[in-house]
Amino acid sequence: MEMSGNDWMTAKHSTGTTIMAVEFDGGVVIGADSRTSTGSYIASRLTDKLYQVTDKIYCCRSGSAADTQAIADIVRYSMNYHENQTGCEPLVAEAASEFRNYCYNYRSSLMAGIIVAGWDKENGGQVYSVPLGGMLIRQNCTIGGSGSAYVYGFVKEFYRERMAKDECVEFVKKTVLHAMYHDGSSGGVVRIAVITKDGVERNVYFAPPEPLPNVSPVVRMVSA
Amino acid sequence: MFGGFDNSYSPMWHNGPKPGAFYNFPATSTSSPKDEKQRDSQPITTGSSVIAFKYDTGVVISADTLISYGKLLRYRNVDRVFKVNDHTIIGVGGEYADFQFIKKYIDQKVTEDYCYDDNLQLKPKSLFNWLTRVLYNKRCRFAPLWIDIVIGGLQDGVPFLGHVDHRGRAYEDAAIATGYGKHLALPLIREKIENQTETLNAERAVELSKSCMEVLFYRDCQSYPQYKIATCDGQGARVDGPINVAQNWEQALNV
Amino acid sequence: MSSIGTGYDLSASQFSPDGRVFQIDYAGKAVEQSGTLIGLRGKNGVVLAVEKIVRSPLYEEDSGSRIYSVDKHIGIAIAGLLADGRQIVETARKEALNYKQQFDRPIPIKVLNDRISSFIHAYTLYSAVRPFGVSVILASYSPETGPQMYMIEPSGSSYGYSGCATGKAKQAAKTEIEKLKLADMDIEELITQAGKIIYQVHDELKDKLFKMELSWVCELSDGLHQIVPDEWYKKAYTAGVESKRDDDSDNDI
Repeated sequence: MEMSGNDWMTAKHSTGTTIMAVEFDGGVVIGADSRTSTGSYIASRLTDKLYQVTDKIYCCRSGSAADTQAIADIVRYSMNYHENQTGCEPLVAEAASEFRNYCYNYRSSLMAGIIVAGWDKENGGQVYSVPLGGMLIRQNCTIGGSGSAYVYGFVKEFYRERMAKDECVEFVKKTVLHAMYHDGSSGGVVRIAVITKDGVERNVYFAPPEPLPNVSPVVRMVSA
Repeated sequence: MFGGFDNSYSPMWHNGPKPGAFYNFPATSTSSPKDEKQRDSQPITTGSSVIAFKYDTGVVISADTLISYGKLLRYRNVDRVFKVNDHTIIGVGGEYADFQFIKKYIDQKVTEDYCYDDNLQLKPKSLFNWLTRVLYNKRCRFAPLWIDIVIGGLQDGVPFLGHVDHRGRAYEDAAIATGYGKHLALPLIREKIENQTETLNAERAVELSKSCMEVLFYRDCQSYPQYKIATCDGQGARVDGPINVAQNWEQALNV
Repeated sequence: MSSIGTGYDLSASQFSPDGRVFQIDYAGKAVEQSGTLIGLRGKNGVVLAVEKIVRSPLYEEDSGSRIYSVDKHIGIAIAGLLADGRQIVETARKEALNYKQQFDRPIPIKVLNDRISSFIHAYTLYSAVRPFGVSVILASYSPETGPQMYMIEPSGSSYGYSGCATGKAKQAAKTEIEKLKLADMDIEELITQAGKIIYQVHDELKDKLFKMELSWVCELSDGLHQIVPDEWYKKAYTAGVESKRDDDSDNDI
């Protein structure tokens, strides 16, 4: 990186990111920060990294903004076609497989780490991780993006199986806030979506002011 | 490309009938696979050692359940040993995405065997040979599948064990290990299988596997104290586990 | 058929003045000459049964099979021109493979049915090709979806069925099937009933030699489509032969 701080002229836009998804009984909670950076310049401070693939399937994007947008657009198009062709809502696993196929087949030209999460009739809430090389794996809780490196310990310590919906939201919010706190490439607000059989509920949470005026982290909630 | 069907990444929707295309005879397409220009890529999500050896009536393959992301111990519950059919098992290390890719084709071979319903099944030597061709072919296109794969099983009742790596290098042996296992586990295994006084039966083979996995856990940074063991003998093929490494840290008190 | 083609039957790409495509009707005729094929969908599985007519005692017993697996969980049975049917099977296997490669899971039979139907239908549109001379039955079972069965006709139209029949004696077979309470039947009842129907509708005078082929895809087979094991085949065979004997003795009175 250049010392002059002019790397924004040459660097690519990337969602140096924190993203996360957790399964709970009846659905999933997904979350992300809102920073898109170009080198050290914040190209967008209000990015929405939670991308709607189908009614009840979302993906969280990390890596190159351009690459992940392109893949997500293609998969959304493809899943919509699939839905029209089969007459039923696509499964989360099908969308995840589709993401993996693109990420794997074009892995040498892509920078994309994607989390696919959603709800379907057959398997309920599911989370799939598609990391850089293009492998695919289901997890009940996963984190991704540059910020995730700082919060593996937090997630390991505080993740529990069978958390209730609200607990999951709180857990995701806290995790992303911690990551944003430590990772220069993550920041802005926390965007969270809850996906259940009834649809999607989206929220935005502001980070507490810094430096912290008091110890208790007061988080204001704004519904989108 | 591999199993008699086209693997090249085709347009998104090519499933339904294409009116007009039916005038053409099938399999006359001359399109070439698209990966020829691909640069040699480095593995990202990797599995570590696989250890495998023959015992008196069969073979055993073991591997831990970890997939690392660089040095990060990322996915801790991933299978790396599999039953392919009643007389073939495999174990894999290296790039897991590449393995998932090739696994689809192996599974398809098994499905084809099923559909043909002729009581013939893929044998370990056939799978081994096929993998040598695929992996060598891919490396010649500068797009290697970065995997270390061990194929074991019963070839017409006789134990078979072979190894193929990402360059297509291949050999058969009574004891095979990949990654750190090559350095740490192979000597331990050879000591036992070359022991003339005591035949290595299934039970002892599993014990030996367990002690190898213990050593690997102590000495390999990218290892994990949970593993699975696949065995294949006259009783068929099966995967056992997950099993935890019996750890011992008592020595620390004496240092 | 009400009339012969009178010049409108030479191409699959031409309607007759009364709105028919004769080539499709003729394909149906090819199916009607074939041995009877039935499918029964019960409580927890589907059974496919074929009256495989053996035209020469010199054939090997298992040759000319009319039941195939498309994937582990889907079976297909063919009535009509066997060679045409094999083409359908090949296509179905490709579709199943393609779906699995794209979506990482077995193809739902509903999707397969749609694709095979439109494939068969595409062959009714062009002058350079002829329609497939086959009707096929697709069957599958999974714990999530339960037993499912579809039949596709040479026109490419298809329907889901609880019981269906095609081939030579489809009328007689359908009459028999309609008497059954299919939804309540377990796999054993399906097997024996299938055996009975095949043997009952078989016309000994016209087709001397035949072999019954039986496959199932059910809870008992773990959702796998397979030719039924010998001991189960015997049950169907015994039931079939006995019902035939009863029938014949009725005739004597």
